[in-house]
Amino acid sequence: MANGSRPLSPHLSIYRPQLTSALSIMHRITGVALNIGTLLLAWWLIAAATGPESFAVVQGFLGSWFGMLILFGWTWALMYHLCNGIRHLVWDAGYWLELPQVYLTGWIVVGASFGLTLLVWIAGLIAL
Amino acid sequence: MRSLRSPLSRARGLGSAKAGTEHWWGLKLTSLALVPLTLWFVASVIAHAGASHAEVVAWLSRPVNAVLMILTLGVTFHHMAQGTRSIIEDYVHHEMAKTGTIVSVNGLCWIMAVATIFSVLRIAFGG
Repeated sequence: MANGSRPLSPHLSIYRPQLTSALSIMHRITGVALNIGTLLLAWWLIAAATGPESFAVVQGFLGSWFGMLILFGWTWALMYHLCNGIRHLVWDAGYWLELPQVYLTGWIVVGASFGLTLLVWIAGLIAL
Repeated sequence: MRSLRSPLSRARGLGSAKAGTEHWWGLKLTSLALVPLTLWFVASVIAHAGASHAEVVAWLSRPVNAVLMILTLGVTFHHMAQGTRSIIEDYVHHEMAKTGTIVSVNGLCWIMAVATIFSVLRIAFGG
């Protein structure tokens, strides 16, 4: 297929964002964010296996305000991607594909992602 | 019900995407497996918030935790590779660049998976 600069219909510049498209791209964005966060997890694990000194470095970074910020964001990305992922699996099974249901489950996913993030962090702070 | 596939399609077996539904199905399976595994992982992290190195080592040394952690890591990196591949296929259209990027991502996920699983084993067996 020729890759020249052929004229294309406008899309992002004219289409109003909706819950459907917004959540869809957010699923992809959180996926990429989780990629990066999982590299952080890998660092943590490898440091734990290496010894107490390396582990202390990782824990120090994660305990800093910057590390905590990253962890909080990563938690939200994980909860969002998890909830929306389940929504995708429900669609794959053929259920809740009608527009009102798509919007309802969409809002549930948004609320659940924030709610679960808060729940996880409160539980973690209690456990400390 | 009679299949709607053409004889040529049935002979080739894999459809116009040339790889059938393997990638899609794999993504769904890893997604499904990750639901309980991720919940277990998050619960474990909560339970061990602020834990010392010794506590983490003791926790991972227990067979159940080591096995679940290895499963979580393996499935996560596989899911990560598949998902990232979908993104690359959507935005990179130059055949060689696309193939190179997908292969690199797969390679990186393999390296990370082996490195992290090795770390878990090292903790579990070495102490």
